[in-house]
Amino acid sequence: MQRIQDKLQNNKKLLSIYFTAGYPSLEDTVPILESLQENGVDMVEIGLPFSDPLADGPTIQASGTQALKNGMTTTLLFEQLKDIRKTVSIPLIIMGYFNPVLQYGVENFCKKCQEIGIDGLILPDLPLAEYKEHYKPIFEKYGLSNTFLITPQTSEERIKQLDNASDGFIYMVSSASVTGSQSGFGNAQMDYFTRIKNMNLNNPQIVGFGISNTETFKAATTHAKGAIIGSAFIKILTEKGLNGISDFVKSIR
Amino acid sequence: MNYNVNEKGYYGEFGGAYIPEMLYPNVEELRQQYLEIMASPEFQEEFQDLLREYVGRPTPLYFAKRLSEKYNTKIYLKREDLCHTGAHKVNNTIGQILMAQRLGKKRIIAETGAGQHGVATATVCALMGLECIVYMGAIDIERQAPNVARMKMLGATVVPATSGSKTLKDATNEAIRDWINNPTDTHYIIGSVVGPHPYPDMVARFQSVISEEITIQLEEKEGRTNPDFVVACVGGGSNAAGAYYHFLNKPEVGIIAVEAAGKGIHTGESAATSALGKTGIIHGSKTLLMQTDDGQITEPYSISAGLDYPGVGPMHAHLFTSGRGEFISVTDEKAMTAGLELSKLEGIIPAIETSHALAIFETRKFKKDDVVVVNLSGRGDKDLNTYIAYFNL
Repeated sequence: MQRIQDKLQNNKKLLSIYFTAGYPSLEDTVPILESLQENGVDMVEIGLPFSDPLADGPTIQASGTQALKNGMTTTLLFEQLKDIRKTVSIPLIIMGYFNPVLQYGVENFCKKCQEIGIDGLILPDLPLAEYKEHYKPIFEKYGLSNTFLITPQTSEERIKQLDNASDGFIYMVSSASVTGSQSGFGNAQMDYFTRIKNMNLNNPQIVGFGISNTETFKAATTHAKGAIIGSAFIKILTEKGLNGISDFVKSIR
Repeated sequence: MNYNVNEKGYYGEFGGAYIPEMLYPNVEELRQQYLEIMASPEFQEEFQDLLREYVGRPTPLYFAKRLSEKYNTKIYLKREDLCHTGAHKVNNTIGQILMAQRLGKKRIIAETGAGQHGVATATVCALMGLECIVYMGAIDIERQAPNVARMKMLGATVVPATSGSKTLKDATNEAIRDWINNPTDTHYIIGSVVGPHPYPDMVARFQSVISEEITIQLEEKEGRTNPDFVVACVGGGSNAAGAYYHFLNKPEVGIIAVEAAGKGIHTGESAATSALGKTGIIHGSKTLLMQTDDGQITEPYSISAGLDYPGVGPMHAHLFTSGRGEFISVTDEKAMTAGLELSKLEGIIPAIETSHALAIFETRKFKKDDVVVVNLSGRGDKDLNTYIAYFNL
């Protein structure tokens, strides 16, 4: 968790990348992480693939389906990451759906994350009320930050609740959409970014969904601390493999 | 114990709303308003009027004399197959379209497996003049061509779900994604007692007209409001929830759920969730579902397209784990045989889903004076091709 806090103290705008573990090839997880750090990415969301990813668009879903076909599992991901802190020092977050975590055992999962040096989790379908009632003490015990999502439709009152339950950053979903479906930001989104900024939340905001290039990265980070790129990065992996990482990351900043 | 939903949206440990934040405002809006809207006299008047004049309710509670003689017990059939569109599904879509109107929604989305819920949704959208988009697995679209044509005739747009296994669970994922992308003007009409709270409870309440009528009709015919047993097939479980509803908290009424064993529970081609499932999260609800050890949801199999869902509604998960419900599964073969038997003994060709419930009589014995109500959830017209192929008719 401290690694996330340190990054957020940093003055610059943060570039965070999401990718699906086990895609394009099963053993790509570690090489991708090393390459992202080498190319100056500030933080990474490692996607734990799920059979039924209902908040994701076709790009991320297809990468998850392929990763599962390749043989990715929770146990294997932890195995791949066991020595990751020997080479990678940027904050690492696991992002996935709640069911695979539930089957692994929430406490076992969190314990394993701590052993490896994972800094936090993003589980979009773990509801606030359930988290507070059952899981918050476990996350805290193992030093994991938990990040909640907000959207343009989230009420001000609920944003405050989510902010209070967060430690680290707020994941600000740019628009009402699944991942990978936006091509740019209009006035409505810029108004939303401004509105959230003016709420002066406890936690800094990082924008996700719809960031695909330098224009959208700059627009998103005008008012927010950073931005997350997912689908656009996975498309690069699909087209160019790991060789495409360097040029892509450089093109954003 | 109480078998209805509690104030937090749970049935025992099952239920809840495990949804991404993008869906929260829509689901929360519904949660806050559904009970009040359903309770309003104006809503009830329109709902009851449509059930009577449009759906054709009440449906008969028919004493099946020849079937009763064969199995030496008293068998009543609740004739949901006589509802407009051919199954119980329309009870829920009528209720939800009226709900959607009161929530100010202009656009309706739905998922469908076999197409029955899609047809029932397209029907009520035509009736109310609302736009209708139905998500259906690409494989199901091929398997269920007549229902696809019916939806199109009714003015609906049928969108193929091409992700994952291209069947019902993927159609449900696509419908949920549509709802995420259209958060203000759209209502999602879920077709079963599944999904995030309040859907399981709302759908059960709309379907509860089935058990409400059973109590009244049984009083007329047998001088008692409670049967000894009420039997229904369970996929997601909406017809079962409706048939059990008024008997849930009456322990003297035996609740029997019949699941699809497919080719056999341990063949790897089955949909018997109570036998094969573990607690997990599917489509926003904590319930029993079929999954790998790693928590990936698996694809079920049944000859009946309406029963091959990898989970059951949270109400049913609770009925099973608490022991309140007796869960039995029957194979394709037993179900098909029971469907043919009802056709020959009573002149009623049932949907293959319903045939599973009817197979109970070859599986389990009842006493001579037991009153057993079977929910005849749908008619078999849609399944003729499957019956033809299976029996070489």
